[in-house]
Amino acid sequence: MIGYTLKRLLWLPIVLWAVSSLTFLALRIVPGNPIQTIQNQVMDKSQLAQVEAVWGLDRPITEQYLNFLSKLLRGDLGLAMSSGVPIRRMIFERMPPTIELAIVSLIISTGIGVLSGVASVTIRNRAVDYCVRTASILGLSLPLFWVGIMLIILFSVNLRWTPTSGRIGAGVDYDVITNFMFYDLIATGNWEAFGSFLRHLILPGVTIGLTSAGFVARLTRSAMLEVMSSDYVRTARAKGLYERDVIWKHAMRNALLPIITLQGLQFGAILGGAVITERVFSYPGMGTWLLDGILERDYSVVQGGIIFVALAYVLMNLLVDILYHIIDPRLRHSSQ
Amino acid sequence: MRVDKNTGSRIGVLWRRYDIALLGSAVFIAILLITILASAVAPYDPMARDIKNRFATPSAENAFGTDQLGRDVLSRVIYGGRPILSASFTAVISALAAGTIIGVAGGYLGGWLDTALMRLMDVMLSFPSILLAILIVATLGLGLLNVTVAIGFSMVPVFARLVRSIVITLVYEEYVIAARSLGASDPHIIWKHILPNMMPPIIVQASAMLAVAIGTASALNFIGLGVEPGTPDWGMMVAEGQRLIFDAPHVPLFPGLIITITVLSVNYMGDGLRDHLDPKLRHQDI
Repeated sequence: MIGYTLKRLLWLPIVLWAVSSLTFLALRIVPGNPIQTIQNQVMDKSQLAQVEAVWGLDRPITEQYLNFLSKLLRGDLGLAMSSGVPIRRMIFERMPPTIELAIVSLIISTGIGVLSGVASVTIRNRAVDYCVRTASILGLSLPLFWVGIMLIILFSVNLRWTPTSGRIGAGVDYDVITNFMFYDLIATGNWEAFGSFLRHLILPGVTIGLTSAGFVARLTRSAMLEVMSSDYVRTARAKGLYERDVIWKHAMRNALLPIITLQGLQFGAILGGAVITERVFSYPGMGTWLLDGILERDYSVVQGGIIFVALAYVLMNLLVDILYHIIDPRLRHSSQ
Repeated sequence: MRVDKNTGSRIGVLWRRYDIALLGSAVFIAILLITILASAVAPYDPMARDIKNRFATPSAENAFGTDQLGRDVLSRVIYGGRPILSASFTAVISALAAGTIIGVAGGYLGGWLDTALMRLMDVMLSFPSILLAILIVATLGLGLLNVTVAIGFSMVPVFARLVRSIVITLVYEEYVIAARSLGASDPHIIWKHILPNMMPPIIVQASAMLAVAIGTASALNFIGLGVEPGTPDWGMMVAEGQRLIFDAPHVPLFPGLIITITVLSVNYMGDGLRDHLDPKLRHQDI
């Protein structure tokens, strides 16, 4: 188990090196650079050349690459070219909101998905099964961005329950400690700000949660169908256990494997791919930050952001694998 | 399955088994036809402005109402499938072709080539696909063609891995071994024995990927990476409609609804194809 984890951890630097090198190259394949994109209107040629020299963009590409790698090894992600703010500071600002969004949406999609998937298998009623199957295929056909806007029209414009955008109300005072508001606002006992924070988080969370609950429900349904007809479930019933215990303790433990894989991958995807939802709700997370960086061709933002997202994604996959081994004893023996 | 000599009752049997799948296919074909024949079907010019009649709610004249410039939303929705559907079809077909070549090369030839190709596919899959698509558009520049390339590119590893996994099992089938021992050439074996036998799962996968591609294309157009602002396009219309949520919520409502119906019909079609072509998966629903 520990050996397996260590072996996987050894791969991590190699994957990160590959991802950062690919990103470095992809950004530089096309002619032009961020300084020219940002400053083209206001500077003449000699001024442009001066600024390019400051950022080291006038050097040969191999030198730029080695310089980038050596800084990366020291944990230095550089400064954003468009704003001059250190990348590390921007990740501190942008990562926590996205992680909070990812957690809330996973709770919603797992809750709805697992419950409805289990219901469609265990409640022996064709109508229930049919409804769950229809709702889940509908869920995975809905475009994320449109669901977000429809929720805004319903809950923000018509019912006025929630704000239309942002992470917290504009006039609200609060202290930043970790920038995870869920922790900061509870630790400081700032309940007014906490309420505002929750009201901002709920719609984006529901948007991602609803659209991915369909996958979870389909997966839970098929896993449960397979498990419920297995020998040990029949044995558990024959022993006279309550049906509730048979479903949640015996069957669920085995049906959990594919669900954990799906949700682990989903978590990784939200960290980098919540671009659409964050854009709809003007939510200040990694997704909108990376998208702006990509559109401005801000080398440092894109490099720093993508390396960080890839790191989170790979670590998430590793965590899923480890959880897998904990839940399924068969795997524990096969990997030794 | 019961065999009926009478065609009418055979359709009846098919209908009972695949009712929703057939309905989904019919809806999707209807949407495709309307999109192709847009100029004949649309009641108005999708770009024609009528400022006096702006923000009109749905009525007999404008079934889906009008937008901030008084343009007819129904006509724009009818034209609006063209960019997304053409991008999605092109992307899936190209990814299928490229993925098949890579998968067959890796699976059939094996060795270091196989290892190298599959590691490359793993790296591509280790990115969230929407992020990979955005990075590609950022590299190539904005525009529908580059959105198509980005979606196609991000789908290549899905097809490559599927094809490879089928090829490595087919290579050991008795009829392939028999063909080889009779002296058949590699191209002949691939063309006559391997390709035909891997079509069913590939068709199933392609239909699932088409649904994903339509969703991704509309999302990329929504965030402004594809078509120009003002173009009649489902994703762009929802994006521009977001500014009108207080004045005219029907403007973002209809294009999003049609995206949902399109993707839903493709998903039902795909489920039916899977049940029909790949009976092993019938009850698996993933």
